[in-house]
This record gives sequence, structure tokens and C-alpha cells, in this order.
Amino acid sequence: MLKPTKGWISLNLGDLWQYRELVYFLTWRDILVRYKQTLLGAAWAIIQPLMQMVIFNFLFGNMAEISTGEVPRTIFTFSALLPWNLFSKSLSDASRSLVSNRGMITKVYFPRLVIPLASILSGLVDFLIAFVILAGMMVYYQVSVTSTIWILPLVILFTLVLALGVGLWFSAWNLHYRDVGYFIPFLTQFWMLASPIAYPLSEIPQQWQTLYMINPMVGVVESFRWALVGGDPVPTLALILTGGISIVVLVSGLFYFRRMERTFADTV
Amino acid sequence: MNSNIVVKVENLGKQYKIGAVVDRSPTLRDAIVRAVRRPVEVLRGQALPRKEIIWALRNVSFEVERGKVLGIIGRNGAGKSTLLKVLSRITEPSEGYARITGRVGSLLEVGTGFNPELTGRENIFLNGAILGMRRSEIDRKFDEIVEFSGVEKFIETPVKRYSSGMYLRLAFSVAAHLEPEILVVDEVLAVGDAEFQRRCIGKMSEVAGEGRTVLFVSHNMSAVIRLTEESIVLQNGQMVYRAPTQEAVEFYMSSGYSQSSERRWSLDEIPDSAKPFRPIALRVKDPRGNIGDVVRSIEPLTVEMEYELEEDIQGLRVGIYLLTMRGDLVFVSFDTDSGPEYEKFGTRPAGRYVSRCQIPADFFNEGQYVIGINASSYRVKRFFQEEHALSFSIDSMGAPGKQWPEVRMGSVRPRLNWQIEEQF
Repeated sequence: MLKPTKGWISLNLGDLWQYRELVYFLTWRDILVRYKQTLLGAAWAIIQPLMQMVIFNFLFGNMAEISTGEVPRTIFTFSALLPWNLFSKSLSDASRSLVSNRGMITKVYFPRLVIPLASILSGLVDFLIAFVILAGMMVYYQVSVTSTIWILPLVILFTLVLALGVGLWFSAWNLHYRDVGYFIPFLTQFWMLASPIAYPLSEIPQQWQTLYMINPMVGVVESFRWALVGGDPVPTLALILTGGISIVVLVSGLFYFRRMERTFADTV
Repeated sequence: MNSNIVVKVENLGKQYKIGAVVDRSPTLRDAIVRAVRRPVEVLRGQALPRKEIIWALRNVSFEVERGKVLGIIGRNGAGKSTLLKVLSRITEPSEGYARITGRVGSLLEVGTGFNPELTGRENIFLNGAILGMRRSEIDRKFDEIVEFSGVEKFIETPVKRYSSGMYLRLAFSVAAHLEPEILVVDEVLAVGDAEFQRRCIGKMSEVAGEGRTVLFVSHNMSAVIRLTEESIVLQNGQMVYRAPTQEAVEFYMSSGYSQSSERRWSLDEIPDSAKPFRPIALRVKDPRGNIGDVVRSIEPLTVEMEYELEEDIQGLRVGIYLLTMRGDLVFVSFDTDSGPEYEKFGTRPAGRYVSRCQIPADFFNEGQYVIGINASSYRVKRFFQEEHALSFSIDSMGAPGKQWPEVRMGSVRPRLNWQIEEQF
């Protein structure tokens, strides 16, 4: 039954389940294509965060002399860059995904959610590659894993949920207003500085910390680091805030996306 | 409701806001400006600025029974593609509804989602999934798809290294193995060479023969006639006719709906080297003087070249190159080919001219043809040349040999005077 729909429509996740194989194939395509015709191939997934880490260590360690506590600076920065890069890459890929797949949108039906979802998932592969390097570094620096590591999958899940949520809003906007494409690099840059990647949360004055944690990436980065190298304080509040905000952003993003979906093929 | 009806379309309409859609994507600034202005305007009692709305489709109603093959014909912009997009769920209707029973597969293009970096094998899986096939289904049909495409040797090569023909064959091959209950097909046969088109049509009639429901859009009237029993004619978004295909095609062809085809040259398109020759227009006309891009093979057609000479030219000849869509030359002919004309126009004085020739009936085979033009003085100077000035299609309805539904090879299809004598 095809007829005009009005207002907010149901999420129709069953339809998405029907097309789960397409999610798989699009993710697979994104991964296959990403490093085609590069000399170094998937090594880029390692080189990029390593370079970032070197720059950060220089800026914040050698120049600003910000303390990282007992944790070696290398581990400190790298363990924050991993979830951050997962987030920012997934977010910007997802935001551009509808526009870059417009050929498909105008020619074939499938739940459009498949497209941003696949971009998010394909970001996970780079993350896993870089994670192996992090594990190697931890062995080298003899940082022992603490019992808190169980929380890691949850943190990664929150990162993906948040990236998808924000990505859904942006991808739908980007279809109407290409301005979004120009805005995203600034946003991610600003957002990165506003997250405790190169500096610890304790650098933020006590009275501002709760406000600071409204940025859901604070919880992600802090918890990720905490899960690997332990130490206190336990970022419970930050993690709860992250979880709550991520879910709100995702659900609202899903509804907004579904609402805009019907005009995608006409506006693209 | 009759349970045999698998597609029921009722009062279907689709509107587009032009300006918002056609021009460019509106920027955020526009949206902000609008958001600020609107309340002010409403307060002042000003009418909201009306966007121009066009109905790409309106009041279209029809039904299709299970296993029927329906043709949809109409000229460009008549709403055919919009109709198919609505039926295949790509876009929502603005009014009315369509009820579809069964799984729909849409083929609005071959090779949707093909990625040039991926190999043939990888693209088969990707494209299959995009078209809605299950992985197990693609696995099962994989060998068949590869064989049908004829690119076995290159299946591990990235498709960006394929020739355009190989690319198309592979893409069509995936599409051809889609097995939906209802198949929606747009103009996919318009691409590719004659051999490719022959295979496409063969595969399409196979699909139709299997009792699946097909909605089929094409500009190729012969294909529509061969594949469909019944057709609807769309004009300006409305359904104006529904009849057995033969009648519908006659209606469409005779009502001058076919697209006008005329090549006009504006001054800035003409290179300085063409001087003093100035082309004005080139057109193809049917015997009733209509300038149409579809001409029937059983009628003569007239090719007309209009031009101006700013100075006298000695030994000028103006002529046409006629090629098939594949680029094979069919013939070349000049306006001073005949002795008397050649004598008379040894020097052609400045002025405005029309060079006109008639190509006799029963000359062309069905298909698309391209006319190129050339104006030169033999061994002195080539003033002007354009290889693809104009294209037109020939419809072979009523041509010799049409009692057999096979595709007749060759670019000409003469009506020869055959005699069969019994020898004693």
C-alpha cells in the first residue's frame, strides 16, 4: 500500500531487519573501497592515529606540559584517540553517506537507514586495527589491564550509538542543505578540543566538570581510558550522561530521519 | 476485490515544487531567512509566497492482473518515470494510492550501486543485494549470472577496467536474474549495442513468459509491441489512453506526442572556421510534415538542412552522414550528387538555402539512427562538420518480416520483390 504519509511515522524497524544483508554488503563495500589504490592500504588505519598522537604529545606534553598522571603519555593519548576517531570518522562518513549514495536512492527502494548504518559499521574496522596497536603499546609500556575492561564493549557501543544518532540528523540535513558538509570539519575539530583527549578530565576546574560532561564524548573517552588502564576516579556520572544522551540523540535522530526519508529521492 | 489484481492504482498524483527541486539545493541561509520572514509576513497579513507546483502525475488510475505485462508509453516528461518511481517505493505519491500485492523488483537503471573499484565478482554481490536479492540467492545464481554476461575472464578485474559494453552486460545480467513477483522496468533497453538489446529483449520476454507481472516503460515501440499485450499512454502526467498495445502505439504515434527533433545552431556554437557557411537547422520530417523523433519505417522520411551563405562559395556540397547508434556508417549523400544539380550549383551564390532529400519508405530497420552533417568544397575546404547533429528512431511496425517476432539484424530493411517459383 503506497500512499502519502503525514507527520511522524513509525520507525518500521522490521523493514530494516529484512534488509540486514544489504547493511552487511554496503559495510563490506565501504571497507573494500576505502584503501583501494593506496600504497599503504589498511596501514593508514594505524598511521593516522599515530601521527595525531605524536602531534598531541608534542603540543600538550612538551609545550603545555600537562600532566597525565601515572599513565604513560603515549598510552594516555592513543587510548583516547581510538574512540574519538571511531566517533568522528563514523560521524562524518554517515553525514555524507546519503549524498554520496544518491545514485542508489533515486533508483532503488530500500530502507534509507541502511546507508548511514553501514557507514558507521565500516568505521569499526579501522578502530579494531588500531586497537591491536594499542594492545601492543600496552604490552611494551607494561601497563597491565585491569578488571574494568568489561566495560569496553559498552563504551564502544555508546560511541557508535552517538555517532549514528548525530549522523542521522546530519545526513538528512545534508541532503537538503549541503552547508552541513562544510560545517562538519569545524564541528569535529571543536568537539575534539572539548573532549579530554590530550588532557585529563582533572584539568577541568571542579565546579565546571558536570557541565563539561554534557559533552557525551567526555564519558566515552574517560571511560575508555579508565577501562584499559584503571585509576580513579571512576567516571560513573560521565558514563551515565553519555549513555542517556546517546540514546536520546539516536532515538530522535531515527524519528527525524524517518520523517525526512520520504522526500529524499525528490531532493537529492 | 478481485484477488487476481496485483497492482491497483487509484487517483495517483505526484507533485514537485519547482524552484526548490530543480534549481539547486536551498542553503541553510535561505531556510533561516525564510524562518525569520515568515512570521513577519503572516503578521502583516501578506500572503505566503507561492511556490510553483507542477504535477508530474495526476489522476492516474489503472489495475494490472497477475501475470500481465503492461506497457507504459509517452514522451519525455509525460510522467512515466515518476509513475515507476512511485510504484517501486522510491518516492511517495502526493495523493491517491497504489496497492501492490507481492514483492516488487525495480529496474530503473542497470548497474545501480556498481563501484568502479570493485571487481566484477564483488559488484555482482553488491548490486544483487541492492536490488533486493538474498545472499544465498546470489550464491546460487552466481555462475549463471557470470555466464550470461560473458565476462568470465574478467570477473576478478575491477570494473573500471571494463569496456562500456562489458560493464553493461554484467550489470544487465545481474538484473536479469532478479526474480520478483512484480517487475518494474524503465528504459533499460535504450542503452547498449544491438546485440545487447537483442539479449535484453529475449530475457524480458522469458520473464514475461514465466507468468510474472511486468510494468514496462520504453521508447522503443517495437520492444513494447513485442513484450506487452496492453499499454497505457501518458501525457502531461495524465493517463490518456489504455488499449491493446498495437492500438495504443498507433494512438501515440499518430497524435504527434512524439518528441520533436530538430537541431538548431545558435551563433556562438558555430566556429569561425565555418565562414562563410552558417548552418541554421537540421530536421527530420515524416510525410505529414511533423518533425518527430520517431518515424515509421514503412513511410518515407525527409531530411532538411537549412543554412545561409554569407558569400558565394565555389563547388559547395552539403550532405549527410547516416550512422547507426553503434556508429556504423550506413551511407553518405550530398546535395550535388546528381549531375544536373552539380552543373547548376558550380558556384553557389550568397543567400539562404534549404537542401532537402527524401529517404524512401522501407529503407531503415528499426532502431536509432544518427545524422551528421558536412559542408565542404571538394579538395578545397571543409567548412562545417558535425558528426552527431541529430538522432531519430525508426519504428518497424508493418515492415516486411514482422510476422516473425525475432529481431531482424542489419541497419536496412528493404522490401524486396521476392518471387518463389516452383521448378519442374
